[in-house]
Amino acid sequence: MGALILQQTINALTVGSIYALIALGYTMVYGVLRLINFAHSELFTAGAFIGLALAGALGIAGHPTGGLLVGLITFVLVGLAGVSVEIVAYRPLRGTSRLAPMLSALGMAVVIQNAVMLIGGRRPMIYPSFLPSGVIDVFGAVVSYKQITIFLVAVVLMIGLELFVNRTNLGVRIRAVAENAETASLVGINPNMAISLIFFIGPGLGAVAGILYSSFYGVATFTMGFVIGMKAFTAAILGGIGSIPGAVLGGFLLGAIETFGTAWMPVLTGGVIGTEYRDIFAFSVLVLILLFRPAGLLGEHVSEETRVYKSDF
Amino acid sequence: MALVPVLALIAGQFLPAYPLRILDMILLYAILGLGLNIIVGYAGLLDLGYVAFYAIGAYSWALLASGQFDIHLPFALVLLIGASLAGLAGILLGIPVLRLRGDYLAIVTLGFGEIIRVLMNNLDGVTNGPQGIARIDEAHLFGWTLSTPEDFLYLLVAMLVVVFLFVWRIQESALGTALSAVREDQDAARGCGIDTTRVKLVAFALSAFIGGGCGVVFAAMQRFVSPESFTFWESLIIVLVIVIGGLGNPFGALLGATLLILIPELLRAYADYRLLLYGMALVIIILARPRGIISRAFGPSWLMRRLGGGKC
Repeated sequence: MGALILQQTINALTVGSIYALIALGYTMVYGVLRLINFAHSELFTAGAFIGLALAGALGIAGHPTGGLLVGLITFVLVGLAGVSVEIVAYRPLRGTSRLAPMLSALGMAVVIQNAVMLIGGRRPMIYPSFLPSGVIDVFGAVVSYKQITIFLVAVVLMIGLELFVNRTNLGVRIRAVAENAETASLVGINPNMAISLIFFIGPGLGAVAGILYSSFYGVATFTMGFVIGMKAFTAAILGGIGSIPGAVLGGFLLGAIETFGTAWMPVLTGGVIGTEYRDIFAFSVLVLILLFRPAGLLGEHVSEETRVYKSDF
Repeated sequence: MALVPVLALIAGQFLPAYPLRILDMILLYAILGLGLNIIVGYAGLLDLGYVAFYAIGAYSWALLASGQFDIHLPFALVLLIGASLAGLAGILLGIPVLRLRGDYLAIVTLGFGEIIRVLMNNLDGVTNGPQGIARIDEAHLFGWTLSTPEDFLYLLVAMLVVVFLFVWRIQESALGTALSAVREDQDAARGCGIDTTRVKLVAFALSAFIGGGCGVVFAAMQRFVSPESFTFWESLIIVLVIVIGGLGNPFGALLGATLLILIPELLRAYADYRLLLYGMALVIIILARPRGIISRAFGPSWLMRRLGGGKC
């Protein structure tokens, strides 16, 4: 039993790391623009495919040190793609209504997904693992080096982001714009610069998550972003959207809920609720959390009166 | 508006089956758009799970008029049952979630849509799972058999006229005024004595009712339902219909449905590039007209004023 719990915990940490990395992109964009960036999940997919193409071009498929290089280049390329998406599709719509940029994001999601399909192909691609192979036995639980690497990469990136946002000059600018773009511009911060930076980092992290995800499961399909993206967004809300630690917490929490829920629900309900309801757990938990704690776990509690937005959309 | 039935009659007589089927889809999405407009356009609440109500309606007809349980109820009755069930689901969903604001409401409705879809996929004993339900009965309405696209064209036109008038009258009623107050400023609306939660709930139920009715017609038209028809993408298309056409404007829903159904059909020749171009077209339309093609002000009331020479 102990080994089983340990095994599930490790699985939960693996999937949670990936959710958390993607959730960071959603939460940062939302924190500044109050926009659900639907294109984010497709940039995650694009990241996986660009990683694959790079590995082929550089001839370093399936090699961990090569993986580091591929990850870096992919981060930059997808980051630049994210910046361009913002400039083309979101920036002109700023200040019109809240629905317009969101639907424009949706249009961009369709465009990116189909671009990936046209270039990468319709069929699922076998994905070379960039992660070290092999397993070790920890108190009866089987832990693969892949899982350890995914977790470590995610943690390093998260710590890096946390340091960047809190300890650097650029990070201060991002936080200032997230707090209030107008006031930030009064003290000489260019909001567009900060927003571009966010659209560089978020999709970059998502792209790395894409490589990790596809390396772990050994496959990449052009439609894989949608469900993962939804869950990552759920994770962002769960932790309190707009909050960076919240996204990390939400990601790991959602990973845990899903893994343990899927494993134990059939046992607890005598087989009535089976593993096929895996995708519902995420949403059911989300609905419950929102009902009792609408701001998420780490989100700020904003009173109704102080809301800047009187109307919803 | 009076021209529409006349045009439809002419179209029904002369057009071949393929364009008629597209016309049917346009009308169906226009009605869905009119329904969703009550929530999104009038009340200002974003519902990203509208397809759930549509699915409830569709499965009502699929389960109550097929060999699945060997129940064969008449179409008119199921239309009422399906729409009412959807309306009821709207109320049940609305009671807990309408206290939430904006984005949270959007996400919860999205989650609700997904839950309904996963249920349809997995309740094999009832819904037949991912295979869906085939061989659904032919619909009969007051002795009139609905089978060809032409038959459905007449039915849909009739529905469109009814829903259009209904939605327009709502907009002009006290409820409509209350809804726009809620949309513009909830706190002020509450200050004026509007029970915002109740008003939203009524809007939610009406909207769901219309969505359910559309679902029944959809199932009768396809005579096959499967969870695949009710994905998140479908909800988004309906949101796009009203946002692109013009939020809160019944004419906008008509225009939006026409564009959103017609553009992919026109792009059919480009095969693999179709969806890519579709996505680009959406982005371009939104960038060009962020508030929709037809503005809220130019609704049916405006048209009546123009036609009535300043009266009304």
